[in-house]
Amino acid sequence: MAATEIARQAGEGVRAVPLSGHVGFDSMPDQLVNKSVNHGFCFNILCVGETGLGKSTLMDTLFNTKFEGEPTQHNQPGVQLKSNTYELQESNVRLKLTIVNTVGFGDQINKEDSYKPIVEFIDTHFEAYLQEELKIKRTLHSYHDSRIHACLYFIAPTGHSLKSLDLVTMKKLDSKVNIIPIIAKSDAISKSELAKFKIKITSELVSNGVQIYQFPTDDETVAEINSTMNGHLPFAVVGSTEEVKIGNKMVKARQYPWGTVQVENENHCDFVKLREMLIRVNMEDLREQTHTRHYELYRRCKLEEMGFKDTDPDSKPFSLQETYEAKRNEFMGELQKKEEEMRQMFVQRVKEKEAELKEAEKELHEKFDRLKKLHQDEKKKLEDKKKALDDEQNIFKQKKTAAELLQSQAQQAGGSTTLKRDKERKKNDGCDQS
Amino acid sequence: ITAFSKIQQKNLEGYVGFANLPNQVYRKSVKRGFEFTLMVVGESGLGKSTLINSLFLTDLYSSEYPGPSHRIKKTVQVEQSKVLVKEGGVQLLLTIVDTPGFGDAVDNSNCWQPVIDHIDSKFEDYLNSESRVNRRQMPDNRVHCCLYFIAPSGHGLKPLDIEFMKRLHEKVNIIPLIAKADTMTPEECQQFKKQIMREIQEHKIKIYEFPETDDEEENKLVKKIKDRLPLAVVGSNTIIEVNGKRVRGRQYPWGVAEVENGDHCDFTILRNMLIRTHMQDLKDVTNNVHYENYRSRKLAAVTYNGADNNKSKGQLTKSPLAQMEEERREHMAKMKKMEMEMEQVFEMKVKEKLQKLKDSEAELQRRHEQMKKNLEAQHKELEEKRRQFEEEKVSWEAQQHLLEQQKLDASRYTLVHTIALTLALLLLLD
Repeated sequence: MAATEIARQAGEGVRAVPLSGHVGFDSMPDQLVNKSVNHGFCFNILCVGETGLGKSTLMDTLFNTKFEGEPTQHNQPGVQLKSNTYELQESNVRLKLTIVNTVGFGDQINKEDSYKPIVEFIDTHFEAYLQEELKIKRTLHSYHDSRIHACLYFIAPTGHSLKSLDLVTMKKLDSKVNIIPIIAKSDAISKSELAKFKIKITSELVSNGVQIYQFPTDDETVAEINSTMNGHLPFAVVGSTEEVKIGNKMVKARQYPWGTVQVENENHCDFVKLREMLIRVNMEDLREQTHTRHYELYRRCKLEEMGFKDTDPDSKPFSLQETYEAKRNEFMGELQKKEEEMRQMFVQRVKEKEAELKEAEKELHEKFDRLKKLHQDEKKKLEDKKKALDDEQNIFKQKKTAAELLQSQAQQAGGSTTLKRDKERKKNDGCDQS
Repeated sequence: ITAFSKIQQKNLEGYVGFANLPNQVYRKSVKRGFEFTLMVVGESGLGKSTLINSLFLTDLYSSEYPGPSHRIKKTVQVEQSKVLVKEGGVQLLLTIVDTPGFGDAVDNSNCWQPVIDHIDSKFEDYLNSESRVNRRQMPDNRVHCCLYFIAPSGHGLKPLDIEFMKRLHEKVNIIPLIAKADTMTPEECQQFKKQIMREIQEHKIKIYEFPETDDEEENKLVKKIKDRLPLAVVGSNTIIEVNGKRVRGRQYPWGVAEVENGDHCDFTILRNMLIRTHMQDLKDVTNNVHYENYRSRKLAAVTYNGADNNKSKGQLTKSPLAQMEEERREHMAKMKKMEMEMEQVFEMKVKEKLQKLKDSEAELQRRHEQMKKNLEAQHKELEEKRRQFEEEKVSWEAQQHLLEQQKLDASRYTLVHTIALTLALLLLLD
C-alpha cells in the first residue's frame, strides 16, 4: 500500500506495529464522510465567456435544472459578475452550488480591462476567507466558502485559434483559479476541424505559459481516467435543455435539418466527459486545489505585502505572538509619531503666526509713532507761531504803551484832558498788565 | 459581493453526479491517511498501558518499548509514543501520550501542570504552523482525547481527580474511565458510577459529550452509552481460551474476566465509541472548540496587550490585522478631529488677535484724527487771533497815523498860529 501523506510526514523514525485483530479504525473514512454529508457540500463555479456562448444553457444542462436568468444583451458598458446560489440535493447529498456568470464579457470595443472585474471578484472572496481565518473569534467550520473552485472558460467556436482576449484573461486567472477551458457551441465545428482546433488551442496555451487545471493523476484509483481525459482538453461541448425523441427515449438534443446533436452522446460532443470530470470525479479535488494552492498563494502574497514573514531557519522559530506584538508596537509607534508631528506642526504654525502678528503690531506702532512725531512737529510749529504772535503782540503793546505815554505827556503839557488820558492809559496799562 | 444572495432550492430533473462527492472525500482521506493522539492519565498501576494494548490489539508497550509504568519516575513526565498502524487499507498514525508519575508522589500539588503544558504546547505548535506565511500541510499533533483513569475505590472521586478534570476539561476531551473494573461487583460499579457522575455534575466538569444526530437510531445508542458513564474497563495482554474461543481476559481462580464481554465490563463500548464511531468527532471537537478557545485567548492577549478590557470585548470577531486596520482608521479620525479642533482654536485666536490689532489701529487712528482736529482748531484760532491782531494793529496804526497827522496838523496849526500871532504882533507894532 502506498505511503500516505501522514506517514510520509511522520518520517522514517516511526515504527509500524502489526495488529492482532480488528481494531476498527478502518471506519475513519466513513466517519469523515458521514460528517461531510451531514455538513453538506459547497461548490462555486465561475463561467467566463462572451455573451451568447451558451454559458447559462450549459449550466442548466450540466445540473439538470433550470437556473435563473434571461439572456443578456450585448450592450453592457463593462464586465459585471452576477452570482446566484442554489441548494441542490441528489440522493442524500446536499450541495450549495453557486454559479457566477460574467455578464458583458467581450462586448466592449476596448477590452483591455475586461479581465479586471473577474480578478477582483476572485480576490474579494479570497480576502473574505482570509479575514475570517485571521479573526480572533472565528467560525471556520461553519463558514460558507465563497471562493471560486472552478472556472469554465468558454472559447468561441471559430475553429481557428484563441482570441487575444482569451489568452490575456486566462493568463491573469491561471494563478488564481482552476481553469477548465471548453469549446462552446461546438456543434458548429466539424470533427476534423475540431481536432485541429483543439491542438491549436493547447499549443497556444502552452506557448503562452497558461496553466490550466490538470485532472489529478496521483491517486491510483482515478489516475487512469484522469490522465486520459487530460488528453481530451479542451472539452468541446454542446448544451441543451430541450428534449428530442431518439429511438424510444427522450434525450437532450439540438435538432437540425441535417440531423440531431445529442448532448449526451460521446461521439457528438464531450459533454459527458466534462460532467464526469468536473462533477463526478474531481469536484472535491477542485475544491482542495483552490484551498491548498490558489488560496495559499493569495494569502502568502497578502501577508508578505503587509510585512509579515517567517523568520529564517537559523534564528528562533516563527512565533505568531511576537510578530503580532512587533507589528502592533511598530504600528502604535507610527501613530504616536504622527500625532507628535502634527502637534509640532501646530506649535510651529502658532509661533510663525505670532511672529507675524507681532510684526504687524510693531509696524502699526511705528506708523503711529511717526504720526505722533509729525504731530509734535506740527504742534511745535504752531507753538512757535503762537509765540511769534505773542511777541509781536507784546512789541505792539509796548509800542502802543510808549506812544500813548508820549501822547499823555504831551496832553499833560497841554491840559487836564491829557491827564484824563493818562489816567485812562494808566488804567488801560493796568488792565493790560493784568 | 461577499454576502450571498438568497439561496434557492432547485430540483434536479435527472442525473448530475455530485452524489459521488462522498466517495471522492473517502478516496482522498484514505490517500492522505489519518492521525490521532490519545492521552492517558492516572496513577500508576491502574492498567493504563494494558488498556492501550487491548484497545489497539497490539503490543504498543512491549519488552522492547516498555511502558512508562515500568520506569520509576520521581516527577510527572509527559511521554509520547508514535506508531503507524494499518487496517483495511486505512493507515493511522497513532500517538499515545503517557503521564508517568501522575498522582504517585506524596505531594501531588500541581502534578497536572506538565499535562496542561504539554497540551498547550501542542496547541501552540499548531497555531504557529497555521500562522506561518509559507504554510505546508500541517501535522495535527494536538491531543484529541484524554482517558482519565479513576481508581476503583468504590467511594467517589478523589480530590486529585476533581482538580485535574476541572483544570483540563476546557482544553481537551476528557473521557473518565473506572480502571480495573473487575475488582467491583456490578452493583458496586453501578453505585460508584452514579456517585462519580453526581460529583462531576456538582463540580460542573465538562466531560466529552456525544453529539446529537438527526438519526433516531443513533441517538438511542448514544443515550445507552450516556447511561453507562463513566465506562468501567478491564484490560489484558493475555489471550485465554474460554469455551473454545480465544479471548483477551484475566484469569482468576473463580473464572475469567473477559475484556470484550459486555456483561463483564464496558470495554467494548469504549473501543467502539473511541475508535469506531467517534474518533473523527473527537478530532473535530478538539479543532473547533478546544483549539479555537486556546487560539482566541492567545491572540486576544497579544492584540490587546494592556488595552482596555471593555473595549476589547466587542472586537473579538475581527482578525488582529483587521483590528489594527480599524485602530489605524480610528486613530486617523481622531487625529483629523484633533487637527480640526486645533485648527479651529488657532483660527479663533488669530481672529482675536487680528481684531485686537484692528481695534488698536482704529483707536490710534481715532486719536490721531482727534489730535489733528485739535491742531487744526488751534491753527484756526491762531489765525483768527492773528487776524484780529493785524486788524487791531492796522487800526491803531491808522489811528496813530491820524493822531500824528492831527498832531502834525495841530503843530502845523500851532506853528501857523504862532507865526500868524507873531505876524499879527509885528503888524501891531508897526
